[in-house]
Amino acid sequence: MRFMVLVPASPESEAGEMPTTELLEAMNKYNEELVKAGVMLAGEGLHPSSKGAKVRFDGAQRNVVDGPFTEAKELVAGFWVWECASREEAIEWLKRAPFDGGVELELRQVFEAEDFGEELTPELREAEARMREQTAAQN
Amino acid sequence: MVPGRSPIELRSSTEPLAASATHRAIDAVWRIESARLIAGLTRIVRDVSVAEDLAQDALVAALEQWPESGIPDNPGAWLMAAAKHRGIDALRRRVTLERKQELIGRELQILGQLDQPDLAAQVDDVQDDILRLVFMTCHPVLSREARVALTLRLLGGLSTPEIARAFLVSEGTVAQRIVRAKRTLAQARVPFEVPARDELADRLSAVLEVIYLVFNEGYAATAGEHWIRPALCEDALRLGRILAALMPREPEVHGLLALMELQASRLRARVGPHGEPVLLADQDRARWDHLLVQRGLAGLQRAEERSRALGPYTLQAAIAACHARARSVEETDWARIVALYDGLAALTGSPVVELNRAVAVTMAFGPKAGLELVDSLADGPALRGYHLLPSVRGDLLVRLGRLAEAREEFLRAADLCDNDRERELLLSRAVACGT
Repeated sequence: MRFMVLVPASPESEAGEMPTTELLEAMNKYNEELVKAGVMLAGEGLHPSSKGAKVRFDGAQRNVVDGPFTEAKELVAGFWVWECASREEAIEWLKRAPFDGGVELELRQVFEAEDFGEELTPELREAEARMREQTAAQN
Repeated sequence: MVPGRSPIELRSSTEPLAASATHRAIDAVWRIESARLIAGLTRIVRDVSVAEDLAQDALVAALEQWPESGIPDNPGAWLMAAAKHRGIDALRRRVTLERKQELIGRELQILGQLDQPDLAAQVDDVQDDILRLVFMTCHPVLSREARVALTLRLLGGLSTPEIARAFLVSEGTVAQRIVRAKRTLAQARVPFEVPARDELADRLSAVLEVIYLVFNEGYAATAGEHWIRPALCEDALRLGRILAALMPREPEVHGLLALMELQASRLRARVGPHGEPVLLADQDRARWDHLLVQRGLAGLQRAEERSRALGPYTLQAAIAACHARARSVEETDWARIVALYDGLAALTGSPVVELNRAVAVTMAFGPKAGLELVDSLADGPALRGYHLLPSVRGDLLVRLGRLAEAREEFLRAADLCDNDRERELLLSRAVACGT
């Protein structure tokens, strides 16, 4: 089973402040644990929302709003993707993450293609595959 | 804890209870902690059988206490402490019960080691212990079946019933295999250590073989009603990822992991809606798992950077990567695949590799060239009884329009095949050739 953990933004992360050395070390150690346990598939930190944008959809209209955005708590500052045998295992791993001060991290199970069933037509699938390959080719 | 006692199958006896949330959580903790626990205990008591018994005792203690007390903040340390306490208690109790003035030497030794301060908690080399345990459970003194069972049990955290289900054998058989394996390790005095440089290559290839055996049984089940068993692939991937983190300088460790990630990326496209196998050429490539593809390609690069000459797993990963990078069968770089198979054939001398090479030659240079190669293989004894030989030959004959001969080959292949789903596919291909 695949899971995503969403790490919320904080006023500090939104201000572009780097975490303390202490926290970075703790986070490195935690990431290392995840890798050594064979659980970690991916994990990234995100720049503050001031470097991001929102695109609003209304009919044919597309409105682009540049960051930063308020409500730091509703913004995402990073994520992990894990492979675990169960939801319980993912929770056990998450409990070991070095956070404090009332921060809440969200654990979500990742949908896999088969969960969509027939909603995803072969044509849509092919388009999706092309897109992903192009993305891959650019990396 | 009594050394030498046959291991009790706690997890099977507690399975009805596993419905409760705490038990599921304990299961999860066990999966995370058991390898470290057993590895740490093996270093202390120098006997993997005793270590596992102690670890199981700690699990019993957790099952008794955690539903009341809740899961402790540091469950790993809790389990280690519980294992040691139980071990010491049991040994002391046995002395009293049997009214012996002194323990027999071995038990005294174990008691002394358990009474030491908690080395495992102080030293930050739990990872080294896990690596030592890997080399122990994959030791060549054991049969392949025993290596696989013991590795899944001690490092994968699987219960005996889970291993039995995975390999479609009875629980008794697996339990026996594990008991015997542990006895063999003790009798052969297999040391708890990473092999020295001069034997490392051979011993490492034994470890990689075990992991790949597990993966393959999940990827193309040799028997039974299901064609793939993804959970087994995940267990192998997890072991491969653990090993890659433990031995980051070994190219073939990355090569094997890359190979498994690339193959696993196709898992969900390999099965049709009714459980039937879908061959590479017919797969909906949109259903490939692109996160695994990316991880596989990155792993292959790590393997290639660390290699002087590419090893067999890295070569296979490189072949898998050719498929992973291709948008379709037609756009696949078949000439490169043939070249990679050349290297692999030279390295392994395996007729199965030659057979695969023949398929690649067909794709690169046409079915006639492929058929010549397959026919030269069919003359040899090595592949007699191997269902993929007539299956490939049938496929080539179809391409050449020789349908009647193709039909015979598919029927022969179906006859030789032990997997129900694969046999159905072969029979349907025979039918498609007409009569």
